[in-house]
Amino acid sequence: MEQTQYAVAMQGITKTFGKTVANNNVSLSLRKGEILALLGENGSGKTTLMNMLSGIYFPDSGEIRIHGEPVTIRSPKEAFDLGIGMIHQHFKLVDVLTAAENIVLGLPGGIELDRKTAAARISEISGKYGFDLDPNKKIYNMAVSEKQTVEIIKVLYRGADILILDEPTAVLTPQESKKLFDVLRAMKADGKSIIIITHKLHEVLDVSDRVAILRKGEYICTIETKEATQQSLTEAMVGRSISLEIERPEVENKTEMLKVENLTCINAEGVQAVKHATFTAYGGEILGVAGVAGSGQKELCEAIAGLHHATEGSILYKTGDGFENVVGCKVEEIFKKGISLAFVPEDRLGMGLVGSLDMVDNMLIRSYKDHKGIFVDRKTPKKVCEDLIESLEIVTPGTSTPVRRLSGGNVQKVLLGREIHYNPKVLMVAYPVRGLDINSSFKIYDLLNEQKKKGVAVIFVGEDLDVLMEISDRIMVICGGEVSGIVDPRECTKEDVGLLMVKTGREKEAEA
Amino acid sequence: MSFDFISLFVAAVLAGTPLLLGTLGEILTEKSGHLNLGVEGMMFMGAVTSLAASYAYEQMMKSAGFAASGFVSLLVALVAAFAAGALCALIYSFLTVTLRADQNVTGLTLTIFGTGLANFCGELLGKSAGGFVTVSKVTKAAFSQLDLFGLKNSASPFLQTVSKLFLQYNWMVYFAIVIAIVMAWFFKRSRVGLNLRAVGENPATADAAGINVTRYKYLATVIGGGICGIGGMYMSMVNQSGVWVHNCVAGYGWLAVALVIFSTWSPLRGLVCGLIFGAFTIMRLYVNIPGLAMQIYDMLPYAATILVLIITSIRQSREHAQPKSCGTNYFREER
Repeated sequence: MEQTQYAVAMQGITKTFGKTVANNNVSLSLRKGEILALLGENGSGKTTLMNMLSGIYFPDSGEIRIHGEPVTIRSPKEAFDLGIGMIHQHFKLVDVLTAAENIVLGLPGGIELDRKTAAARISEISGKYGFDLDPNKKIYNMAVSEKQTVEIIKVLYRGADILILDEPTAVLTPQESKKLFDVLRAMKADGKSIIIITHKLHEVLDVSDRVAILRKGEYICTIETKEATQQSLTEAMVGRSISLEIERPEVENKTEMLKVENLTCINAEGVQAVKHATFTAYGGEILGVAGVAGSGQKELCEAIAGLHHATEGSILYKTGDGFENVVGCKVEEIFKKGISLAFVPEDRLGMGLVGSLDMVDNMLIRSYKDHKGIFVDRKTPKKVCEDLIESLEIVTPGTSTPVRRLSGGNVQKVLLGREIHYNPKVLMVAYPVRGLDINSSFKIYDLLNEQKKKGVAVIFVGEDLDVLMEISDRIMVICGGEVSGIVDPRECTKEDVGLLMVKTGREKEAEA
Repeated sequence: MSFDFISLFVAAVLAGTPLLLGTLGEILTEKSGHLNLGVEGMMFMGAVTSLAASYAYEQMMKSAGFAASGFVSLLVALVAAFAAGALCALIYSFLTVTLRADQNVTGLTLTIFGTGLANFCGELLGKSAGGFVTVSKVTKAAFSQLDLFGLKNSASPFLQTVSKLFLQYNWMVYFAIVIAIVMAWFFKRSRVGLNLRAVGENPATADAAGINVTRYKYLATVIGGGICGIGGMYMSMVNQSGVWVHNCVAGYGWLAVALVIFSTWSPLRGLVCGLIFGAFTIMRLYVNIPGLAMQIYDMLPYAATILVLIITSIRQSREHAQPKSCGTNYFREER
């Protein structure tokens, strides 16, 4: 019985969504008591594959064996019954309920909820693996790492012995990630089998026993981690050898382009999202912005672009010889003042482009006012689109295809291309490579570097610290809406930046 | 300006009960993440079917030569009203849950459909009954006021007042209050209630937790619709004393939808809100402000609704808010 040493064995799994093949004949096995890293670029079908294991999707064909037994998993409930628990990338928690309520959600039991017994069991599990959690805290009062703890306890509470974690470190600081890995190792020692989905190579090397690699929905291979290197993993993941170095060209004559002083913004919930932020962006440099997700990056960018109202402070743009404060100006006024500012929002198809419109129409959104007369001029933007398609190598059936139908990388190129076309002096990009594969990501980096060389001040809000460390000339770290530090990535480590990302009030007091 | 508080209170309770029932039905529906704007239609359907069922039962007994029982007539009406509301809600659920049609459009259509069909059936019923349709005395008696604990003619004036304020309503008032209390317990304390709240807040989460989202949505919507139907029954059987009156629901269903917001999705607060709005609807009969035109009184509930909507949208609270997924349909494999 060689089969039974495997906790999970997936054979020949295929899943399609309409015409898209998400998984094609994929096979995967997880040994009992090991940590398996599932590695692949975005869109390589990692999450789809795991969703089939956790009952969210149902495979078109193929066989799944759990502890050697062939099984059919039709719903998340059936997955739980088999001891499979998945911690999703986007947490599946109900905001208005407490931790305990979220954990017992959907479980069988008496008609009336027994909150006390639940809390006791949660404490027991917390103690066993070294978590720290208040069962009666509401989810909306929690930090991201706390929410993740709730998710993990939720699956443990259900007695899962096979755990799947989908990009668990995407939202964590380096320190929190380390803590998570310690917990994972403790669980492994306890005999649990764990699959961790990720595209961060150093994490793979750090925590896993074996690595399974997917590429474009197909299974490539499984490697013992101790025999792998970053380079070998990348090659297997991308399918050919590529350089992992991100360029950081040096530019002379840096000039001040944008001065933000004491900027404060209040978000929709009435909370100060940006608190007294002060910094300067220079032309000819890339200013990286690092911070845990939701630290005020979005509000900061929107305030600079004129989309978000600033309650305090000033935003000074360089216009001609002097500087002009644009706080309180409308987006259009800022544009009219001759201040070129391009803003590439994180939500590409929500704020950046209209998905159901084609490329030409999306160009027109920026430029229709330039053309006088009643009728819309489509010829000029069409020409621009054609130029962009050529210069940026955008893959699209034509300028009249709705941008929604393009792949993530091409959508990003359309958006970035449109903004760059108007020769901005300041270019803000928020998570420009989110959801892009390595190739597209490097194209975007090249584009940004090109702008930098032209003397544009580039503000790069990123989530992957490794990338920020390599591409930025300076990194501004924000924590809870405050600028907790501006550092030179050449002179500090990732851990230093990580510390700034979670800088607590206590440390600030110590400084004062 | 003068008024008799006791009479006003009693009248407010009586007028507020159908609103309360509609509100409770809609709260249950919205807790599953479905905004059913068909409350008015469902109440209309409940109103006409309960009357028709009661009438049919009486006619059947009459032709068979038996005396009709008030209690049976009441039960028949109750079941018919619930079934009518539930059936309408079932159509709504099938369209929105299974076929994922737009919730607003479906709900509005249901209102138009229910209003039209109920009025049509009511007229038809009246015509076939020779002029207008009315139920017999026994059924009317079953829907008239009670005298709990027999305190109506008590010797003590205090007990008489207590009796008048709390113990002399028709059975549907108590029925509605019980439903509100049971529902409050259900959302707060029961396991199924917790699951339902999760479905309404975040169906993907509930789904991943192994909750059968579709079943919960169907059940909550259908039962909620049934309760709305019972609210409609109140309009025809109590308010109009078992006579079909054209357009008898008269916008109460819409008030109920607004009351759901006013009561911030809490059945217990719904009790108070029902009472307040009940008072608004009958105020002109009990609070006489000289020089104030009738039309101004009639406007009160609607003006109050607008005010309530403004106040509730200014006040932001995560807990007392509409279930988050309300209005959007859930599809598990959506990417």
